[in-house]
Amino acid sequence: MKRQVLFVVAVLVVAGVFLGALARIHPFGDTTRAPMDDYYLENAQRERSVNNVVTSIVFDYRGFDTLGEAAVLFTAVCSVLALFREGSEKR
Amino acid sequence: MNPLSVVVRTICDIFAWFLGIFGAYVIIHGHISPGGGFQGGAVVATMAALLLVAYGGKKVLSFVRPGIYTGMEATGLLVFITAGFLGIGTTFFYNFLAGQGGLFGSVVPLGPNSGILNSAGTISLMNMAVGLEVVSGLSLILIYMFKGIRLFEGREGRSERGHDR
Repeated sequence: MKRQVLFVVAVLVVAGVFLGALARIHPFGDTTRAPMDDYYLENAQRERSVNNVVTSIVFDYRGFDTLGEAAVLFTAVCSVLALFREGSEKR
Repeated sequence: MNPLSVVVRTICDIFAWFLGIFGAYVIIHGHISPGGGFQGGAVVATMAALLLVAYGGKKVLSFVRPGIYTGMEATGLLVFITAGFLGIGTTFFYNFLAGQGGLFGSVVPLGPNSGILNSAGTISLMNMAVGLEVVSGLSLILIYMFKGIRLFEGREGRSERGHDR
């Protein structure tokens, strides 16, 4: 009984916090414009001759991040191959 | 894991081709439409999962050679890093092919347009390199995990059974 009361109180607290956050959420579609966003949108087509601005950011302006992503994938594949290789302990 | 029924295999025959073509489309058109190397590579790698489930491991592993996938993955990452280093005259990851004419060098018109496939410079090249890496990497993970399952199969005296073996 005591645990159930505690559970209900916890649920109410969490729901109150989430509803309070939801009431103060940033309105959808109301963008906060930064100078960097405007620079990408205006100059991506002229500088990099690419239509997809998202791809131009991911693979060009922020290409170093994507190199890290590719390296993470490579490391994950290497570790899976090391984990599941057929060793001498095979039954 | 044994092959599934003839219904599943027939549907797999149809959808495996669709997955391969759609994934290649997403990779190649990464600089025009939404998507790119990572997304299209994941779509193509789904084909390996579909074949493994529908046809069973014994048949798929008999004609898949993991060495080719390993080479493809290393090639993809090396092409990506090389394309980044080739622009080091200006900065690291500088797009030295864009707008120069030649390979991936067409100039796109400003404003909304329908897109040119031979544009975007190293972005296209990097999309294809990353796509190659993701396809081979995820397929290798699937194949090796499947092999790892077979190591533990039948240890407790029970084995999974499929239809019409």
